[in-house]
Formats: sequence, structure tokens, C-alpha cells
Amino acid sequence: MNRVQRARFAEKVAKTVLGLMAVIVLVTAAAVFIYIVSKGYRAISWEFLTTRPLKLGREGGIGPAIGGTLWLVSLTAFFTLPIGILAGVYLSEYAPRNMLTRSIRLAITNMAGVPSIVYGLFGLAMFVMLANFKVSALSGALTLACMTLPVVITVTEEALRQVPQDLRHASLALGSTKWRTIRKVVLPASMPGIVTGSILGLARAAGETAPILFTAAVFMSPQLPRSPLDRVMALPYHIYAEVTSVPNWSENLIWGTALVLVAGISIVSVAAGVWRSIQRRKIRW
Amino acid sequence: MAISTDTKRGRALGRTASRRATEVVVRALVFACGWLAIVILAAIAVFLLTNGLRSIDEVGLGTMLTGTSWYPTSNNAQFGFLPLILGSLFVTGVALVVSVPVGVGAAVYLSEFAGRGFKEVAKSVVEFMAAVPSVVYGLIGVAVLIPWVRTTFQLDSGMTALTGGIVLGVMSIPTVLSISEDALHAVPESLRQASLALGNTRWQTTYKVVVPAASSGIFAAVMLGLGRAIGETMAVLMLTGNAAVMPTGVFESVRTMTGTIAAEMGEVVRKGLHYSALFSVGLVLFAMTFAINLAADLVLERQRKRWRR
Amino acid sequence: MVNALNVELRTTAMPSLVMTERENDTVVAADASGSFTLSEVSVAYGRDLVIEGVDMYVAPRSVTALIGPSGCGKSTLLRCLNRMNDELGNVKVGGRITLDGQDIMGRDTDPVELRMRVGQVFQRPNPFPMSIYDNVAYGPRTQGIRKHSELDDLVEDSLRRSALYEEVKKNLKKHAFELSGGQQQRLCIARALATMPEVLLMDEPASALDPISTQQIEDTIAELKSSVTIVIVTHNMQQAARISDQTAFMLRESMEEPAHLIEMSETKKIFTNPDDKRTESYITGRFG
Ligand SMILES: Nc1ncnc2c1ncn2[C@@H]1O[C@H](COP(=O)(O)OP(=O)(O)OP(=O)(O)O)[C@@H](O)[C@H]1O
Ligand SMILES: [Mg+2]
Repeated sequence: MNRVQRARFAEKVAKTVLGLMAVIVLVTAAAVFIYIVSKGYRAISWEFLTTRPLKLGREGGIGPAIGGTLWLVSLTAFFTLPIGILAGVYLSEYAPRNMLTRSIRLAITNMAGVPSIVYGLFGLAMFVMLANFKVSALSGALTLACMTLPVVITVTEEALRQVPQDLRHASLALGSTKWRTIRKVVLPASMPGIVTGSILGLARAAGETAPILFTAAVFMSPQLPRSPLDRVMALPYHIYAEVTSVPNWSENLIWGTALVLVAGISIVSVAAGVWRSIQRRKIRW
Repeated sequence: MAISTDTKRGRALGRTASRRATEVVVRALVFACGWLAIVILAAIAVFLLTNGLRSIDEVGLGTMLTGTSWYPTSNNAQFGFLPLILGSLFVTGVALVVSVPVGVGAAVYLSEFAGRGFKEVAKSVVEFMAAVPSVVYGLIGVAVLIPWVRTTFQLDSGMTALTGGIVLGVMSIPTVLSISEDALHAVPESLRQASLALGNTRWQTTYKVVVPAASSGIFAAVMLGLGRAIGETMAVLMLTGNAAVMPTGVFESVRTMTGTIAAEMGEVVRKGLHYSALFSVGLVLFAMTFAINLAADLVLERQRKRWRR
Repeated sequence: MVNALNVELRTTAMPSLVMTERENDTVVAADASGSFTLSEVSVAYGRDLVIEGVDMYVAPRSVTALIGPSGCGKSTLLRCLNRMNDELGNVKVGGRITLDGQDIMGRDTDPVELRMRVGQVFQRPNPFPMSIYDNVAYGPRTQGIRKHSELDDLVEDSLRRSALYEEVKKNLKKHAFELSGGQQQRLCIARALATMPEVLLMDEPASALDPISTQQIEDTIAELKSSVTIVIVTHNMQQAARISDQTAFMLRESMEEPAHLIEMSETKKIFTNPDDKRTESYITGRFG
């Protein structure tokens, strides 16, 4: 073999090995997907989705867990969206370009890397005990809100950055104040990115177990919480609790629960992504 | 219709005070929100510390960090973190063995060799992998991997560091892959063309030029994958068996820091010594992930600056 | 430094604003205002002094062209007139600038207020991502005008003045991005006109456009001259000669020193018989 042939051969080998890695990723993901669907679809029925669990979850449905997760996510969105979006606006539009701002930004990216169980500890100490909200949907949502905050801030900042500077200047030159410029031009133009990014962040929060473990979750509850100060069932916690503490847990029902959770998150995420690309097509710079 | 300029200007002037007020209020509000992130981050550290203070006081941080036995509930309670720290490291080590070659390799393939269509598909697939909650990965591990590990390696129990590590590795693939891919993507096209024009093959270009140029980003990707693996809770809790002993190999049951907090916090006396010790475990975890992520962020930022023309 | 300032410097306050009514029932500023007086204006970006000692008088309802080689500070000087430099962060402006006798750089001048009276059109068309109508109505709405009839009138009038109305009147709800580049630029002019400014600043408004669109913009400028003061930056000598009444030539002779106003006088004089040799060599294309 001469030099060129050797190089060609090496290229072929490398391409095969690297391609194999990519295929492993695809196959793993496909296997996860197929496994969840094939194990879970049998459990899905209207009754399963709406009624309450019986016999410690070995029978019955997961209505209260679905409702509880929706409660948690809505409350989380309520706390995290306004604050996160405004903080993103601050970083992108108001913050001076100096060391301090750089450290704030660094702190935010670092917040995103703090383990979720640590947020759980923080929520326990801060919301459950210090603020005395007890173990409740409120405490859990506040904990999840802290965890989702860096995501919302980062996607907002990114989306605002995409808006051309010219547009801001055009608005200012028309005698608009900075805030009016942000409200009427900058934020509307960046909404697709902000909304979609935030939804993805919230969808992830919906699947989290560790932060609500000792701040919000209850193993069994016959109905939905009547106030934010009630404990809630939640889909991810339900799976964990059944598998680890109920002898002879119903495989069928738990895989059904997992399917509901994964499908819910995926559908919302995909819908958000599609919506964004439609919106983006309308606004091209 | 005729408006005299005087009234028009007059109206505009009249609005100035309220407009200024709005601007000031908004600025204050927006400023406060920006700072809230810092405050929360600081609050996390402060709360971990104040709640962990009792154990640091009574047991001593040094004793905890070097102690080799974790018997939090026995009469003569022992709070040694080493088994937990080592447990986390064993599981994370296995996870890295899985996620780094697969994640980085796939990223290189996607960035340098794959066609557009394949790339698009792979991107959505990776997004799906990242969206699956950890408790579901744990469930899959319980159903598939635990039996497989037990029979394949002929063990008494399939709940081992290996089991948790493999699942954790799969879970951190999206992080490693997407950040490596970003780093490779950021390498200017002109660099590749320069190398190709010198008669290098695509692969030679990749390993001689592109990967070295993106190396800091790939390093950051590995660090972030590591951070994610150390901090992951539910899957390890469900898969590693949670035996709080000094681990000696990956075929044994281990108990990680995260698993310890999750499993024990529900049953402790609030504000008691055990409770406090768990917060100290949280503090150690926080410090470790913080350092890892900070390092990755700094590396990423430097890389971003490098390619900004 | 020679400062060939051929125009009389008027520092007295200008008469106050008067509005007149036109036959077509729309409001047009037909007052004798919109004059700028600059004295000893200098601008620095951080420590980098880029413009120094500019004295200038911009007569009301005239077209003033700013010419000079790239980087001599034309855009920077233009942005002083509506304080858009404030938005860039590290800019310091010295000297005195008055609009109709009012100091515009003082602490008690609200730049927001100023910009309602001094509009700007940018080099690249930059319509907002909304409908044609909403683009033009943006400024009036900022000023608190909410009444539909009033807004409709303003939008139509502004589009007419920028010579775009006939092309878009069928569908004012159309998204602004669906217009051509030239149309977008005239939309931006209409948008600026809708706040009823006394002055319109234009920074190379036609440089991103084809010859026909350029022609249309120039026609629009000629039309507007009767109602607003226009200050325009251009690299196109023919354009400056065609459309302006006065021309100001700026030059930064080396990167070590700031730019100065070399000469300002009637356009005809600048282009036929300039006082300064440097003006002549620039116009005849010997440098820049
Ligand atoms: N935002 C800024 N920060 C720092 N320096 C700047 C900034 N804007 C312009 N400058 C500098 O100020 C000088 C004048 O710039 P300006 O844009 O006003 O020139 P110009 O005459 O408009 O040029 P052109 O004809 O190319 O548009 C240049 O040397 C430029 O580098
Ligand atoms: Mg310019």
C-alpha cells in the first residue's frame, strides 16, 4: 500500500467506527422509545388516565398523578416565566458590559448545572421549613421554578440577541423609550425562541423527581389538591414510589404511567419546536 | 382635523414624568430579576451550609470527608462520606466510559461525515433522549439491565455500580454529544478547506486540524457530562442497590451521594444530626459540580472568544 | 486648522411652531423651524476622539448633505443630532447643539422627546416585523395617539409623503417584510414622518438600493423639503449635488487626529468652486 492508499484505508476505518458510534446512539434511543411504547400502550385507557389508583397503585388509574404534575408545572411556569424573562431582558438589554455582568451570566449557567437533588435540599430548607409552606404543591413548584430559572433566562437572552440592533435603533429614533422598544419590538420578535425554550425547560421540570421528593410529593392521594398548600401526586414520583416500595407493583400500569409521562413531554416539546419553526419562517432577518 | 403643535408637544411633555417613572420602575424590576439568579445561587450555598452546620460542628468536616463508614442511624452513628463519594465516582467512571467514546465519536461523525438528512434525524433523536425523565431511565434499567447484568456476570444481584453507570452513561450521551458537536461546528470551514487543499483526506483533516481546534470544547463537553452524571439521582437510586460500604469494584452494590440524600432525607428527624449530615453531603455535591461546571464554562467561553474572528 | 465656515451662525431662538392645514385635511408641519446650530462639537468613543470643533448651521426646511471619506465621522455627527449616540454606551459628546435655539444636550432634555422631533432613516431598511400599517403607526402610538381615524389619516398621509401609498394602499395589513428593499426604505421614511418630525436624518438611505429605488428616494426627498429639514449622509457625489442645498465636507486627515469640518456652503459652490483644496480633491476623486 502506498501513502495515499493507506490514508484512504484509514479514512474508511475511521468513518466506520465513528458511524458505528452514531448508530449506537440512534439504536439506543429507538430501543428506549419502542420499549416504553410497547410495554406501556396496553394500559392506556380513558379510565386509566382519569381515575384514582387503587390497592397502592396495583390497580386503578393515575388521574391524580397527571393532575398533580399539571398543577406543579403550571405553578412553576407562573413563578419562573415572568422572573426568568425579565432577567433575560436585563442581561441582554440593560446590563452593562463589565466583569459583574459576566459573573452574573456565569452564575446562571452554573445554576443550570447544580444537581436537581441539591435543589430539593434547598427547597426543603427554604420553602418547606423556613417559609413554612410545608410539603405542598407550592413548595415543590417554587423548587422547580428555581431549577428552571436558568433555562428560561438563558433562552430569553439568546432569543433577544437574535434581534438585529438596527430594529432597536429604529424604535428609539422614533422617540420610543427603551422599555417601549423592548415591549413592542424586541420581545414580540423574539417570542418564538423564548416561548419554545421555556416550554422545553418546563417539560423537563415535569419529569423531575428529585426536587419534589421531599418538597411536594405524596405517595397516594385520592383526588387533586384543593389549594397550592396541599401535597400532590406526580407522575415521575409515582413511578419511583411504586417500583421501590410496593411489592408486586403492576408492570402494566407503571409502564403505562411512564408512557404517559414520556409522551406528554415529547408531544409538548415537538409541538413547541414545530410552532417555533413556523414562526421563524415568518420572521426572517 | 387640525391639532396645534403646542398642544401636541404639550401632551408629549406631560407624558414625560410618567414615562420616566415607568422607565425607572421597569429598570429596577428588571435589574432585581437579573440579580435574583445570583441571590438564589448564593442562597443554595448558604442554606446547605447553615443546615449542614450542626454536623460540621459536631462531627467535623475533616472527619466526615475522610470517614470510611456511613452508619447514620446506629447508636454510635458514623458519618463518613468516603463510601458515598467513592460510590459516586465509581458510577460516574462507568458512565464516562460509556458516554465519552459514543458521544464524542458520534459528534465527530455527525459534524464531519454525515449527510444533512442523517444529521437532522440524529438531532431530533438526541433531543428525545435528553427529554426522557431520569426516573424512566431508571425503570428501563430495572426491567432490562438489572437482570442482564446479573445473568451475564453471574452475580447474586444485578444492582451494581456497573448497572447504574451504564444507564447514567446513556443519559449523559446527549450532553456530551451536543456540546462536542457545537464545538466542532464552531471550527471555521476555511480551516478544513485549507487542510483538504493540502491533499489531506477528510479523516486526516478531522484528526489533525478539526478535533485539535475543537479540543477545548470537547473537553468542556466531557466535563459537563461528568457534572450531569455525578448529580443524577433517580436512576442511580433505583439501580445501584445502595449499599453504603467502601466499594472495591464495579460489580458491587454502591451508594452514591445523591442516592443517599434521596433515600434517607424522607425518614430523618428534621434538624437532627443525620438531617444535618445529609445537607453536608449536599454541600460536597454542590461544591464538586460547581467546580466542574465552572471549569467547563470557562473553557467554553475561551473557545467562543477564539473563534470570534 | 482652517475652518471654512461660510454660513452665518445664528444663535437666536427660532420662532415657535405653527401648524397649518392643507387642502387634503391632513396635518403638515409648515413652520419655520427645524434648524440646528452646532458649535465646537466634538465626539469621542471612549478615549478615541473622532470629531473635533465642528461649527455648523443647518437651515430650516433645507437639504444638507454630509460628505467625506469613510470613517470620517459622518454617521457619528448625524447621531449627535438626535442623541442616538447615547445608545452606544461609551460615547462622549462635547460642545453645544441647539434645535431651534433649545439646547439638546442638556440634562433636562429628554432624548425621547427630541427623537419625536428629529426622525432618522437608516442605511439598511429596517422595518419592524409587523404590518405596513403597524410600522407607520408605531411612532404615533408611542406618542399616545389611539384613535383609529386619526391613525388612519396619519398612516395614509405619511405613506403619501414618502411616495409609497399608491403601491401599498390595497393591502396595508401586509407584512412589511414582503416589500422590496426600496419599498421597505420608503416605508421607513413614512414611519419616521408619521411622528411629524421637524427634522429627518438620513444615513446613506439609498446605499443598499438599486438605481430606480434610489431615484424614488431622491424624488421623495425633493418633495419633503417643503415640510421638513433634511440632513443626509451620502457617498454619492452626484446625489449630493442633485438633492442638497448645502453641503458639508468632513475629513479625518490621519487616524491619529480627529475629523474636522473642512468646508460647508451652498452645494453649487462646493461642487463648482470650493474654497479648500482638500474639498476639491475629494470631489474630483483624488482621495477617499
Ligand atoms: N460604536 C463605536 N465605537 C467605537 N468607535 C466607533 C464607533 N462607531 C464609529 N466609531 C469610529 O468613529 C469613527 C467615525 O465613524 P463613523 O461611522 O461616524 O464614520 P462614517 O463617516 O459614517 O463612515 P462611513 O462612511 O463608512 O459610514 C471611525 O473611526 C470609527 O471607527
Ligand atoms: Mg456611516
